[in-house]
Amino acid sequence: MAVGLLVTCLNDVLYPETGKAVVTLLRRLGVEVTFPAGQTCCGQPMVNTGYLDEAVPLVRRHVEAFAGCEAIVVPSGSCAGSVRHQHRIVARRSGDPGLVRAVEESPPVYELSEYLVDVLGVVDVGAYFPHRVTYHPTCHSLRMLGVGDRPLALLRAVRGLTLCELPAAQECCGFGGTFAVKNPDTSVAMGADKARHVRESGAEVLVAGDNSCLTHIGGLLSRQRAGVRVMHIAEVLAATETPAALADPAAEVAR
Amino acid sequence: MSARDEILGRIRAALRDVPATETPADIAVDRPAPAAASPADVDTFVERVADYRARVVRCTPDELAAHIAAECTGRVLVPADLPTELWPAGAVPDHALPVTELDDVDAVLTTAALGIAETGTIVLDHDPGQGRRAATLVPDRHVCIVRADQVVPDVPSAIAKLDPTRPQTWISGPSATSDIELDRVEGVHGPRNLVVLLLG
Amino acid sequence: MSRTFLGTPAFPEAARSALANTQLRRNLAHATSTIRAKRAAVVGEVAEWERLRRAGAALKDRTLRHLDTYLQQLEESLTRAGATVHWARDAAEANRIVVDVARRHGTDEVVKVKSMVTAEIGLNDALAAAGITAWETDLAELIVQLGDDLPSHILVPAIHRNRSEVREIFLREMGRYGRPAPADLSDVPAELAAAARAHLREKFLRSRVAVSGANFAVAETGTLAVVESEGNGRMCLTLPEVLISVVGIEKLVPTWADLEVFLQLLPRSSTGERMNPYTSLWTGVTPGDGPQEVHVVLLDNGRTQVLADEVGRQALRCIRCSACLNVCPVYERTGGHSYGSVYPGPIGAILTPMLRGVGADAQVDSLPYASSLCGACFEVCPVRIDIPEVLVHLRAEVVDSHRGHPSAQNAAMAAAAWTLGDARRTSVAERVACAVGKLLRRTRRRAPGGRATLGALPGPAARWADARDVPIPAPESFRAWWARTDGGRTEQQ
Ligand code: SF4
Repeated sequence: MAVGLLVTCLNDVLYPETGKAVVTLLRRLGVEVTFPAGQTCCGQPMVNTGYLDEAVPLVRRHVEAFAGCEAIVVPSGSCAGSVRHQHRIVARRSGDPGLVRAVEESPPVYELSEYLVDVLGVVDVGAYFPHRVTYHPTCHSLRMLGVGDRPLALLRAVRGLTLCELPAAQECCGFGGTFAVKNPDTSVAMGADKARHVRESGAEVLVAGDNSCLTHIGGLLSRQRAGVRVMHIAEVLAATETPAALADPAAEVAR
Repeated sequence: MSARDEILGRIRAALRDVPATETPADIAVDRPAPAAASPADVDTFVERVADYRARVVRCTPDELAAHIAAECTGRVLVPADLPTELWPAGAVPDHALPVTELDDVDAVLTTAALGIAETGTIVLDHDPGQGRRAATLVPDRHVCIVRADQVVPDVPSAIAKLDPTRPQTWISGPSATSDIELDRVEGVHGPRNLVVLLLG
Repeated sequence: MSRTFLGTPAFPEAARSALANTQLRRNLAHATSTIRAKRAAVVGEVAEWERLRRAGAALKDRTLRHLDTYLQQLEESLTRAGATVHWARDAAEANRIVVDVARRHGTDEVVKVKSMVTAEIGLNDALAAAGITAWETDLAELIVQLGDDLPSHILVPAIHRNRSEVREIFLREMGRYGRPAPADLSDVPAELAAAARAHLREKFLRSRVAVSGANFAVAETGTLAVVESEGNGRMCLTLPEVLISVVGIEKLVPTWADLEVFLQLLPRSSTGERMNPYTSLWTGVTPGDGPQEVHVVLLDNGRTQVLADEVGRQALRCIRCSACLNVCPVYERTGGHSYGSVYPGPIGAILTPMLRGVGADAQVDSLPYASSLCGACFEVCPVRIDIPEVLVHLRAEVVDSHRGHPSAQNAAMAAAAWTLGDARRTSVAERVACAVGKLLRRTRRRAPGGRATLGALPGPAARWADARDVPIPAPESFRAWWARTDGGRTEQQ
């Protein structure tokens, strides 16, 4: 059995490099990764907007696609939270006992940093990234999943990386899914404060575990010509002195 | 249908999902136990009362009269049932004085039911010596005698000792407000000065 | 007639004007960050905080699931203690009861302790209509009342005002209603508080009827509790001859001993103190001490409707500490008025739609969406109300109440669900997006570090693109890459 990568719909089409980085990283650590082709979207955008019926086929799709995996790894705190907490709500709403059962029996889902630290038991993933970095703990990873300082521990172990403190780090960036378009003014006001804190941190790269939030903060930073780029934590952890090798795990020595 | 019956009916309808066999005890409540009393409680009490910018004076029984005299100057309201040996020089006994007269004294002197160390709170249950509620409210200065053996460690210990049928006033420092810019100001409608004489 | 929240526009519009008010933004940011820090410090002192929170939640659940039993018990113990118990189905009925009692005593004024529930039922207006003036005695309520303003916070209703605004209001208005503010009044908070003390004292000393709410009502003993700071509460609860307390039916706790949990949770969560300066506890009438005529009005006004919602029911655990407001990043920026309700902030965003009914109007329906679901409210709530869970639940109710009506959002969600309900359809859509992405990449600039973005966009996309650059789809999706390279195994290095 292998771990199934839930790449997320956003990463699939906008940030495939993040997905590739997860593959590189996990293989380097000796993990066999599969990409169940039946996957689409975890349904969170619908659920958080109030469209529970519309999320039912997506949840069904998800449990079918990942059945048989030993675990699910996802480079997103928010999608991990959705699968862990919202899928049973959607299943119950569907009124289909089969779906309720399938959701209960679905493999455990881990946000990337949880999988690395808790399941693999590694903090030093052998990465090299010689840049000034600041880390934004996204709300769903911090408060819904409780990943704590796992991502920071992982970043601290990266060779060459200088970690800069982010003021008011735990405050929401204002993305919030449909919130960003339903309440654009408030969303941007929150994001503007986050972007200011990022600039104050003195970092050249803003790292987070959710590309959704990074799209929002990064969109503000790039509009401001702030000179700070955004990267998913997987891409930082996948980086080494030599360019990424995506070889077969069988031919690869762990770490 | 009376409002009472209609509201109770609405409640029962709203709680249809609660099994008829469920009793309140079926909902487990796990709460922290009261802390065990410790000799350090009195120190904590003194420190925490002072944190509210109240004045705390520790004294022995022998020194008490002198401290009362020092803290209670001018016309001092005393509950009529306060032991007379505690009355300061200008004592005005409260024989159901009208409130306008309560507003005219300089201070009030009382005892207390207990003190809570963790929160720096004194509790009056308005038993003899503690006066009716208005007596410790209208005067601008409240001098309160608390014995060291009345200090309990925390809120649960206090609740366990107190009698709910008595009216109670829990006092933690002088009256205060943070309503303007969350800036704390001591002294609004209640006594602007609180002095605790801690005995023993 | 004082101002009401009637006519507040839906949250996004109301927020837009609030966001433009720089004075408001400054006042709020300063106030909420001050109180957040205080709360964090005193909560950090309590080793068993989490256990205490769980106990608070469990006690409230116990009460709510057996509310009929506890209410009858409360009625009995209050009556035994000499109080008169009234029941009110709604605001109008509660107001009528209070007005009748006040009238019977021939008074033309009452003093009031700050209470959310009397604001909810609009009691002051009802009293005014009966020719009775209600004097608000809490400093912040006084500021709101004198300024003909609306409350914007549960604990500190005038949190949107700073010291110089308060000074102006006092100088301008106090003289119209009683003792004027001293002409040389400065904007030092201690002086402003002293002016309020002097202004209100005559009202305390002469009023014969007082109106209060209650933070807690103990079913077992009939004890009511009011938790406060200034002593205005003690004045109202002690000096008048008649006391009328309006108590929402969710304010019950089963036993005297249960108070120990809430008297620890509330002050630390609310004002960020180990204990608030004054807590008054009274059980009916005490001969020779305090009001000799005590009325308690038990109020429903939509609460049974909230109780009927199995997910939303937890909102009735709320002890109105306001911690959720103080940590809310949306509240901090938009302020309380944007919520168009007596209950603002996260708790207001769930309570108001449930009390008034989802689908009541566009303003109510906008409230469950007034959150980024960041979860900070749940993290601080002393009774563990999972506000994000209830928000999402209410969003579903909003959507369900508009099903069948054609809307752009309904159509977009249906289309998305159709596409994403199947991997092949998804992959076709992705191929289109990636082809567009390829084209765009030729012409558009790259954000620093390589993520390609677009600038401003017209039409509905402007809601995103007005302030934020827009990401451009990758030339090849992850799915397509995996298929093409066998998961990278055959990719040229
Ligand atoms: S919801 Fe919780 S945090 Fe908010 S006011 Fe109520 S009790 Fe306090």
